[in-house]
Amino acid sequence: MLVVLFSLIQYGISTRMLSQYYQINLTSMCINIILAVSLSLINGFTGQLSLGHAGFMAVGAYAAVIMTTKLDYPFLAALVGAALAAGMAGFVIGVPTLRLKGDYLAIATLALGEIIRVVLQNIDYVNGPAGISGIPKLTTWAWLFGGVVLTLIVVVNLVNSSYGRAIISVREDEIAAELMGINTTKYKVLAFVIGAGFAGLAGALYGHYFYIIKPETFNFMKSFDILVMVVLGGLGSTTGAVIAAIFITILTAALQPFPEIRMILYALILIIVMIYRPQGLMGNKEFSRQTLGRIWGGRK
Amino acid sequence: MTILSINKLYKSFGGLSAVMNFSFHMGRDELVGLIGPNGAGKTTVFNLITGVYKPDQGQIIFEGRDLVGMTPYNICAQGIARTFQNIRLFNELSVLDNVKIACHKDVQYSVLGALMRTPAFFKGEAKIEQDALKYLEVFKLDNKRDELAKNLPYGEQRRLEISRALATQPKLLILDEPAAGMNPQETNSLMQMIQMIRKEFGLAILLIEHDMSLVMGVCERIYVLDYGQIIAEGLPQEIRNNKQVIEAYLGEELN
Amino acid sequence: MQEFIQQLVNGLSLGAIYALIALGYTMVYGIIKLINFAHGDVMMVGAFVGFFSITLLGANIAVAMLLAMTACALLGIIIEKVAYRPLRNSTRIASLITAIGVSFLLEYLTIFFIGPNQKVFPATAFAVKAYDIAGLSILNKDVFVFVSAVALMLVLQYIIKYTKTGKAMRAVSLDMEAAVLMGISVDKTISMTFAIGSALAAAAGVMVGVYYGTINPLMGIIPGLKAFVAAVLGGIGIIPGAMVGGFVIGLLETIVSGYGNSLYRDAVSFGVLILILLIKPTGLFGKDTGEKV
Repeated sequence: MLVVLFSLIQYGISTRMLSQYYQINLTSMCINIILAVSLSLINGFTGQLSLGHAGFMAVGAYAAVIMTTKLDYPFLAALVGAALAAGMAGFVIGVPTLRLKGDYLAIATLALGEIIRVVLQNIDYVNGPAGISGIPKLTTWAWLFGGVVLTLIVVVNLVNSSYGRAIISVREDEIAAELMGINTTKYKVLAFVIGAGFAGLAGALYGHYFYIIKPETFNFMKSFDILVMVVLGGLGSTTGAVIAAIFITILTAALQPFPEIRMILYALILIIVMIYRPQGLMGNKEFSRQTLGRIWGGRK
Repeated sequence: MTILSINKLYKSFGGLSAVMNFSFHMGRDELVGLIGPNGAGKTTVFNLITGVYKPDQGQIIFEGRDLVGMTPYNICAQGIARTFQNIRLFNELSVLDNVKIACHKDVQYSVLGALMRTPAFFKGEAKIEQDALKYLEVFKLDNKRDELAKNLPYGEQRRLEISRALATQPKLLILDEPAAGMNPQETNSLMQMIQMIRKEFGLAILLIEHDMSLVMGVCERIYVLDYGQIIAEGLPQEIRNNKQVIEAYLGEELN
Repeated sequence: MQEFIQQLVNGLSLGAIYALIALGYTMVYGIIKLINFAHGDVMMVGAFVGFFSITLLGANIAVAMLLAMTACALLGIIIEKVAYRPLRNSTRIASLITAIGVSFLLEYLTIFFIGPNQKVFPATAFAVKAYDIAGLSILNKDVFVFVSAVALMLVLQYIIKYTKTGKAMRAVSLDMEAAVLMGISVDKTISMTFAIGSALAAAAGVMVGVYYGTINPLMGIIPGLKAFVAAVLGGIGIIPGAMVGGFVIGLLETIVSGYGNSLYRDAVSFGVLILILLIKPTGLFGKDTGEKV
């Protein structure tokens, strides 16, 4: 099925059936899916509210762009480098901050995301606030598709394993989890690092499609956008994150000429979802083969 | 053979002394009770043993090792498991998953194995499923394996908590008010269950309880705590007739 | 030396503004354990209400401030009732996410209706004069900001210590259930807390308008964050802490931007926040109350 999807769209792109407009949106969609799924691992499955996800995206973007434009590495190496750099940033930030609880952790990650942005703004090697432009367009549909598939495979396989259960137990009751033998700090950091790594990958793909990256691109507003996707989709559902990411991308494109309305709408979505349906669209359910079977076949 | 020996434990919070000069010992196969009026510090002692709190002074020697300073998950690995006064299940997870998490510390495959779905992963998962089901069967909860923990009736939630604790394969099981909220019949079943656990799994059990019929019915030895200090220790019969203990529980019937 | 004292004076005015905003954060956190993300934006609304009072109604600065405070007190009450009260029994994270939503909502509604551009506070509202005292140039707006802020803080202290409302606020923040049993209307008390906190923020907003001369719809974000850091520094939930924290952050920032690199001025607050959270999250005056197991 995946092969079909891939080929269909690849065909569309090569024969220019899919216009530039659709291609841009498809790219944004894939990048958003990677961002949303990676954040849902941290916020949804581990229950740690991280508000600085854009910071990891920035680390990945800059790392990859430096590798391709200044150090002449091939794209694949840059992508790997981006993920590793962002993952490392996740580790460095995660270890001290994941000791904090709930709202304190949230604010700390917000502050750290902003610190990353401010630091980047002040580094001359990357042109400070002006950012790096003229980035070669190395991101193709194949890379995007691959990125999305990889992210989904890793997150889904992780969650559906004993390690996934350990991670979820941290969300459900951290103290009980500790007392049942789970090293909660280790698993919080694990989820954080993996989530950060994929955000970095998304950043790298972003940078090599949209020609420029500036520190301003990766501000709290971006973290907010990703948060809206995860909350809307359901904090604890990968399927939800994917669906919400697709929906929000489409909404963003539709509301392009009305940026204020878009923000007002996102803010309202956040508020209304949290008050009236805090489990989001999917709750913590996924589209599994069982669910599909039930819907289509009436099987128990 | 002593399994747990506590020497002169002290713990205070701010200016309040919760536990003072607490010394205690129990053997490998013993069933010991810790009783005392509300607020005496019993749960604090449990929290100190399991590493949730760090004592200000004193030692907690378990199987020859001092547990003071160890993280809770390490202490669990050493062989101590517990249940909680207010049930702490993983509510949004199924009954089976709750127990599977207790099996995680001995997982037989790595993260990489999980990501790449290696044969080790499938074998490891099968083992965890098998082990977890085994514990559920002992407590007759296997038919509810896919129910969400939060949807179970109270009595079954308590059983699940104990089942989960046992799945960590402890040498010492600590039960914090297991009979809380139970009627006499349920308490009776609980008593039988505790006896059964002891025989089946051969472990030491330490429990806090207010229900005296349970305490007198199963405990081999009892410690009495009041205002953070031990005021009596001995066999159930001795404790029953101890004047200080009766005074501490002023107004409560010890029968 | 002279320059240092000059910096101190500037720092005190800035600190006074931060302190007023920080008080709102700390009071709300103390009573319902919520970080009111939208608080900085309430300050912004206050600044705009003050602005329109002066330009459309021709009010003087005092009346403008009063109008702003009243309007924002109402705004605070509405926000609490609509967005936060439904989540009072939910997880803290749910409330925090909602608060973020409210924050963006206020910002972009303002941009939508009033436009994104900054507005200049009319100079006629507050004729700036400079006083030469002991070789220092002290502007009357420094005096205005500092004195008004201190006056408001004194009023707040009076309310908290000697009025029934204040007692109720203290009771609810210590033990909500017990307060209910004592017959205190928790809902009204929480509303009152939001009202007072928002009013103070509004006053700060007007002061910012007077002090810096311009206001814009996104002006609440950075000062809001810094005031939050101030509240955490002093010990979140502790009122004198917020006051002290505000002045400390104000002075720190002025000194850093005066002597150091002004590019990193904003990063100072973030850095302080991280340090506090890692070293002593309960702040300068805070006590640690652990979780009951």
